[in-house]
Amino acid sequence: MIIKGRVWKFGDDISTDHIAPGRYFHLRTNLPELAKHVLEDADPEFAKKVKPGDIIVAGRNFGLGSSREHAPRIIKIAGVSCIIAKSFARIFYRNSFNIGLPLLTADTDKIDEGDELEIDLEKGIIKDLTKGFELQSQPIPPFMLRLIQDGGIEEHIKKYGDFKVEE
Amino acid sequence: MRMGMTISEKIISEHTGRDVKAGEIVVAKVDVAMVQDGTGPLAVEELKKLNMERVFDPENTILFIDHASPSPRKELSNAHNILREFSKKTGAYLSEVGEGVCHQRLVEDWASPGQIIVGADSHTCTSGALGAFATGMGSTDVALAFALGKVWLRVPETYRFILKGRLPEGVYSKDIILHIIGMIGADGATYKAMEFEGEVVENLSMESRFTITNMAIEAGAKTGLIATDSTTKSYLEMRGRGDKFREIKPDPDAVYEKTFEIDVSKLEPVVSFPHTVDNTRKISEVEDVKIDQVYIGTCTNGRLEDLRIAADILKGRHRHPDTRLIVIPASREVFIKAMKEGLLEIFMEAGASIESPGCGPCVGIHKGVLADGERVLSTQNRNFKGRMGNPEGFIYLASPATAAATAIEGKIADPRKYL
Repeated sequence: MIIKGRVWKFGDDISTDHIAPGRYFHLRTNLPELAKHVLEDADPEFAKKVKPGDIIVAGRNFGLGSSREHAPRIIKIAGVSCIIAKSFARIFYRNSFNIGLPLLTADTDKIDEGDELEIDLEKGIIKDLTKGFELQSQPIPPFMLRLIQDGGIEEHIKKYGDFKVEE
Repeated sequence: MRMGMTISEKIISEHTGRDVKAGEIVVAKVDVAMVQDGTGPLAVEELKKLNMERVFDPENTILFIDHASPSPRKELSNAHNILREFSKKTGAYLSEVGEGVCHQRLVEDWASPGQIIVGADSHTCTSGALGAFATGMGSTDVALAFALGKVWLRVPETYRFILKGRLPEGVYSKDIILHIIGMIGADGATYKAMEFEGEVVENLSMESRFTITNMAIEAGAKTGLIATDSTTKSYLEMRGRGDKFREIKPDPDAVYEKTFEIDVSKLEPVVSFPHTVDNTRKISEVEDVKIDQVYIGTCTNGRLEDLRIAADILKGRHRHPDTRLIVIPASREVFIKAMKEGLLEIFMEAGASIESPGCGPCVGIHKGVLADGERVLSTQNRNFKGRMGNPEGFIYLASPATAAATAIEGKIADPRKYL
């Protein structure tokens, strides 16, 4: 699975409150509307700037905080194809794969905003086409990769009728 | 030879029917599953899409209305009705407006040693103090647990925290957990289970233990766990659930990824500064920080013991004229007991606004949203930018004692002079 897109760069500790602020709690049953505020408390203009296929690149502990699945969902609805960070918070990580949004863990220091990336998800290879270098991400566990290939846990359950964690 | 197991490995093994070890991805049976009003409607929608609107065990499937409770706006009222309709349709238990915060209600009436509990709320780890493997997940995960009675899990590695020494007066379990998070960082235990043990933990009440496991997620952990003992047993007996007690403890030769030994004897009250929980300072290092609002409550510190500690300090005193004081008992039962003990009267006379049981202003929707530039000191667990409804607000975290002292002085204050 190859993903190509332009980078939006964020720092460390981007919380689910940055991504889906509590003051829009009432929009949680209206995700397209909530998506207009995605990452608003980290970058107020992000929702207007982001284009389908774009890639978020961040520092440590992306997605820390609440269990709100709405956070990765509105990132996906906004068109983001993949998130690369130095590390992810656990519930966010799980939620993202469950909804079919791939995440890669890698040292992101050398990637800058606006860079064009090409990502081979299965191999975990990230090519920075703008700067001409290549990074190897930590491998995605096979079950998580299967979730992405299936299009998320919902499709996975429809396909297998159960969780298929065995390789 | 069978390897020694951590508490997590033991509980997950029991729920998969074979011995599991850290790092494996497994499918495990679930004993209790819950959502709240912020995450539940999406879970119901998912089940509708999958044509699986059913629950595996209605008595152990709980829908909590606590985050926006009572509803401050029509969209949320409609969201609440999605949960009410789902409850009618499936028999799942509906915890209505005013019953209290999900994590407090869970430990009161559901959570039991040895269980696997999944909740669509990050602080589900609170129940781990009862020796349950309790962890927060997203709406879809919990929706599937509702329908299938099982969940996929990565068996976590465990960090062991041995707490030694004697807790000084004016220093509480909240200060211990803030200190630990400050020490290891907000991602210091990401994906791991945290086991807390040692003489300090053994001497803590059940209520104080809940404060510690509640905040495991703030270090990134999957859950926080405490072995069961006579305190656990007495608590369950007091709750009328003595039959649910069982011994849950790690094997002596359990394999831990890391072990931390912490002497609490020299600890001071701790305050987390904006905007991350690990941005901690000892109270002696805190200079004048004017506070506009103090909030005592939440799943972290809204229990009877917490209210007693705060009331002891506030008795016969009054909040600072420039500092609002909001007090919210974590559940209806806590509210009634606090009322009978006269604690609510003490708070009212100290100038507090007492609100109905629920999450209150912690989730940024109602009951005390901050104005631009305002600072709040709260007994809650999290201080991220925007958390309390305004990204221009500043959130400080501390114990109920520090919160009470701060309400009196109008600036962050050391509670020890009031004891």
